[in-house]
Amino acid sequence: MNTIRKREELGPNVTRYVIDAPLVATHRKPGQFVIVRVSDHGERIPLTIADADPELGTISLIVQSVGKTTREMAMLRSGDAIHDVVGPLGRPTHLQQFGTVLCVGGGIGTAPLYPIAKAMKEAHNHVITILGARTRDLLILEDDMRRVSDELIVTTDDGSYGTKGLVTDAIRALVGGGTHIDQAVVIGPPLMMKFTSLLTKELGIPTMASLNPIMIDGTGMCGGCRVTVGGEMKFACVDGPEFDAHKVDWDSMIRRLGTYRTEEKTAAERCDHECRIGLGTRGPEWILPTD
Amino acid sequence: MDTADRLKLPPVVMPEQDPTERIHNVREVPFGFTPAMALQEAQRCLHCVNQPCVDGCPVGVRIPDFIRTIESGDYIAGIGIIKQTNLLPAVCGRVCPQEDQCQKSCTVGKTHRDPGQAVQIGQLERFLADWERENHTAVIPQIPPASGKRVAVIGSGPAGLTVAGDLIKLGHAVTVFEALHMPGGVLGYGIPEFRLPKEIVYAEVSYLTRLGVDFQYNTVIGKSLTVDEVRNDYDAVFIGSGAGLPNFLGIPGESLLGVYSANEYLTRANLMHAYDENSDTPILRGKSVAVLGGGNVAMDSARTALRLGALGVTVIYRRSEEEMPARKEEYHHAVQEGVEFSFLQNPLEILGNPDGWVTGLTLQKMQLGEPDASGRRRPLPIPGQTGSVSADVVIVAIGNNPNPLIPAALPSLQMNRHGGIVTNEETMETSVPGVFAGGDIVLGAATVILAMGQGRKAARAIHAWLTKTADLERN
Ligand SMILES: Cc1cc2nc3c(=O)[nH]c(=O)nc-3n(C[C@H](O)[C@H](O)[C@H](O)COP(=O)(O)OP(=O)(O)OC[C@H]3O[C@@H](n4cnc5c(N)ncnc54)[C@H](O)[C@@H]3O)c2cc1C
Ligand SMILES: Cc1cc2nc3c(=O)[nH]c(=O)nc-3n(C[C@H](O)[C@H](O)[C@H](O)COP(=O)(O)OP(=O)(O)OC[C@H]3O[C@@H](n4cnc5c(N)ncnc54)[C@H](O)[C@@H]3O)c2cc1C
Ligand code: SF4
Ligand code: FES
Repeated sequence: MNTIRKREELGPNVTRYVIDAPLVATHRKPGQFVIVRVSDHGERIPLTIADADPELGTISLIVQSVGKTTREMAMLRSGDAIHDVVGPLGRPTHLQQFGTVLCVGGGIGTAPLYPIAKAMKEAHNHVITILGARTRDLLILEDDMRRVSDELIVTTDDGSYGTKGLVTDAIRALVGGGTHIDQAVVIGPPLMMKFTSLLTKELGIPTMASLNPIMIDGTGMCGGCRVTVGGEMKFACVDGPEFDAHKVDWDSMIRRLGTYRTEEKTAAERCDHECRIGLGTRGPEWILPTD
Repeated sequence: MDTADRLKLPPVVMPEQDPTERIHNVREVPFGFTPAMALQEAQRCLHCVNQPCVDGCPVGVRIPDFIRTIESGDYIAGIGIIKQTNLLPAVCGRVCPQEDQCQKSCTVGKTHRDPGQAVQIGQLERFLADWERENHTAVIPQIPPASGKRVAVIGSGPAGLTVAGDLIKLGHAVTVFEALHMPGGVLGYGIPEFRLPKEIVYAEVSYLTRLGVDFQYNTVIGKSLTVDEVRNDYDAVFIGSGAGLPNFLGIPGESLLGVYSANEYLTRANLMHAYDENSDTPILRGKSVAVLGGGNVAMDSARTALRLGALGVTVIYRRSEEEMPARKEEYHHAVQEGVEFSFLQNPLEILGNPDGWVTGLTLQKMQLGEPDASGRRRPLPIPGQTGSVSADVVIVAIGNNPNPLIPAALPSLQMNRHGGIVTNEETMETSVPGVFAGGDIVLGAATVILAMGQGRKAARAIHAWLTKTADLERN
């Protein structure tokens, strides 16, 4: 059981949790994640460690409510507990002094990007950050990101804030204006990562992406998180989650994320219904109905 | 009763759930013997002087001695005899490949020239263990005064549980670190409920907890704690991290939607309870399921698929029925339940539709050639003979390799070329002093009883090591 110390809404459907997890707090490095189970009948879902306080023994997670589990999590309050938290999992980000590092975050991807940008800054890089969101309300962590970046550019699809356009437009403008970039890091929705990576490949900028396939154990045991990188099968939970973006088979990864679309929709609807009528969710039942 | 009379007794037929009914539930298939049935089966034992069954048991359980207690009705004594060498009889009685071990050499089977006629040792073992659990008679043994020594056990599979149980009873403090949120290793996440009810595994764990073993779940050694931290904090370390690294075939199509490793499929179903339609963890309920492989893992996957509503399940194996490594009982149950078998077929490619969903497989017809290194006849492709089958879920069940997490975190560990940890055969000590290992992380994917056997050896050696270091400290 891991107690929630603090809970804060960062935007519509985005919540920051500060959670007791002393071992994770003292052992984690940027780029790593945890797997949580919200309740004793819950699903195991991976979440990036957005920040940690080793002294207090806490970690922060920034979560977007997209389906049943993340919505259930959003109903928890300060003082409530998360049933299981395991980590830190995955390989830490490869950090070095590259020179100029471009950090590109899309939507909720800004949360996992933050610890990496911070670490890149601490590794004496010149950090340029581009944050993209559909609209102003969906932009998160702008101030935190500004603090760890030398330059910050915001794009919104609808032009409600920052520059109107996509992150790829901002990258083109930046490079077109003569900025030299030694390394790029991109985290966001898979399609955004795919198109950013196609562009940086064209521009010859080495790029790292943090992949978010469906996971269960996070220890390399199930192979569910497999992705194809450079023609080889990799398990994102132990070999990643960061990979050379130019070598990732994006289409296969994006397709696999949709494996349970039908089941997820049903679960979310059930959650909506049960949350509304106050039933909570049903625990697992071992015996199948014999109809 | 004399030998001739005993030899006339037919094997007691184990009552089981009807196949047509059981494929709609996940309850255990065999119901277990009643005391009357157990008595009747026990009477079939000849109490051979040379005890070939004991030689066939990897841990040397005193088989005829415990069988005698069933005849005399002294079940408590019987369970005591088994537990001297086997910590988890309720598990082993259910999952051990007895037909290749104790029962294979049983004199009764030999006399009848039919191994199927052997005394049903596993069922008798299960009977005693279930009787003990159901009657709450598991006694908390007298534990010697605390030795002041602390042992870390990595992994809560059968190897780790055995080490923990043995060492706590010798007065050492034991902490078991488990990566998952539940204990048991493969017993918890892999072997299905209908073959090994999880209640049994959890009862064994709660017994160890009562003895004082400390279980730390959600703790991945090498990640949540470094191996060095564990070595510094504890006087000895046992690595029982298992063979949790699924193999894939390396053929085209393994990334298609609907292709699972058996580990993922079984983990979703067992550990995450995806059997239940209301579980938060989804699983694809295929209508026609193809399972690739021929071992227990393949049988478990196939039988699970039926219980998840598949209308047709086919096991595709590249050798013939004869070479199949699965336990006879599992194969037999699978056939009864309607699983189909396609032998001498080797998958060449997994096929999909434009949306990326699996639609079937291309198969190469095989024939058996000369025996290979494993002694089994090598399957060879018959040129020009390929075919295809359709499937909406494909489960790859072609085995597992040792989990590389701990070896990667402790580079000074000497490893063999299969990714297993090299150990001293007698003491299970690794190349790193004070670090012991056993079970699948040493053997590769093996069996529960071999994992327990190595755990027991390691516990003995760890105790000796701790006693020796204690003596050195005193002097
Ligand atoms: C390494 C990694 C780090 C992540 N970090 C964050 C983070 O910091 N903040 C955040 O909000 N989200 C993060 N995610 C995504 C997050 O895990 C999913 O949003 C979450 O699992 C959705 O669960 P749900 O039940 O609420 O939604 P569902 O309705 O079940 O699913 C919504 C979508 O999430 C994906 N998803 C579902 N189950 C899983 C699963 N078990 N593992 C991975 N993806 C799944 C599916 O593609 C699905 O389309 C991360 C994912 C990975 C792999
Ligand atoms: C589906 C299936 C069916 C089987 N059927 C049979 C059968 O019928 N009969 C039989 O005898 N055998 C069977 N086996 C094989 C048998 O289950 C294994 O040989 C046995 O479980 C090995 O035991 P173990 O203790 O070595 O490891 P495991 O049971 O694999 O347990 C290892 C544990 O260590 C944990 N772990 C790994 N790394 C770490 C880490 N870094 N930190 C903390 N914890 C860690 C894992 O999460 C796991 O819980 C089957 C196997 C499978 C997969
Ligand atoms: S070999 Fe068979 S008959 Fe002989 S003692 Fe063992 S179980 Fe009994
Ligand atoms: S999540 Fe199971 S292997 Fe990566």
